[in-house]
Amino acid sequence: MNDNTRFQEFLGGMRAISPLIAAVIPIGLVFGAVAATKGLSPVEAGLMSALVFAGGSQFVAMDIWTYPASWTGVGFAALLVNIRHVLMSASLGTRMGGFHQPAPYLSMLFLADEIWAMAEFRAKVAKLTPAWFAGLVAPFYLAWVFSGFAGAALGAFLGDPVVLGLDFAFPAVFIVLVMGFWKGPETGAVLLASGAAAVATQHFIPGVWYIAAGAVAGLAAAMITGKTRDVEVTP
Amino acid sequence: MTVDLATLVAILSMAAATVITRLSGLVLIRHVSLEGSRRKVIESIPPAVLMAVVAPTAFATGIAETMACAVTAFAALRLPMLVSVALGVASVAILRALGL
Repeated sequence: MNDNTRFQEFLGGMRAISPLIAAVIPIGLVFGAVAATKGLSPVEAGLMSALVFAGGSQFVAMDIWTYPASWTGVGFAALLVNIRHVLMSASLGTRMGGFHQPAPYLSMLFLADEIWAMAEFRAKVAKLTPAWFAGLVAPFYLAWVFSGFAGAALGAFLGDPVVLGLDFAFPAVFIVLVMGFWKGPETGAVLLASGAAAVATQHFIPGVWYIAAGAVAGLAAAMITGKTRDVEVTP
Repeated sequence: MTVDLATLVAILSMAAATVITRLSGLVLIRHVSLEGSRRKVIESIPPAVLMAVVAPTAFATGIAETMACAVTAFAALRLPMLVSVALGVASVAILRALGL
């Protein structure tokens, strides 16, 4: 692949991620504003966004933030919230046939829900390349870090995100992505199991166990429907 | 514009946790073969994870959120992502303003 096609691939990745950047900037601003209310400086908020780069766990960390900060508490919370990354990285790893070491590992350090989802989508229609993946990552990463910094610096000047409905941007993006992964009744079984288990777990167990519970239930459903299908085709 | 030591350590601890989760899936697939039915299960990871993340918002937060999720889902059948997301955000803001 020459430099020109590589650049075209990079631009293609940027185009694919652009709507998600519009969705993530308000979320980053809200994160920064929340961090400021917990006593984090703009530099600290930006540093967290740059080094952790995982919105869900950053919001959970702000929820349980203490002064001085407890590294065990927020570290464990981050592990729990991001346990879904194990599944996501296993799945995306199978799509990285065109990557040479150490590109898969470097790329995976920038795994985020939105980036992962766009990359999985891309892999369904074309070969996933490192340049295309980098096109997803670079603008999204910068947007997340700078919006977190700006949110902490602007703090109280921002309006209430809940009144504006901006807190809904993230779930809305996920719903659009879920609709795109529909493949038939098996997907329905996976979604039903995952959704039911997540809601039930969230109702009875505090914290973020619901994500892991829903994911495992969805996979179990996939295993069961896969098994019955095997039985049907075997005489 | 200072960085508190305890805060820095907490951030590094979170960063370490996310690096572990991000890389371990990749390490896992190097040691486990992915043929036949396992392949099918791997392919169902995306919808299973995405659904688990949004389900509490979609079904257990409030009427405004549930209705806005339905609007977003219907919009996604026909419209581009950004338009669907904008419609979802607008409907949740309107429904909340109506007191739902």
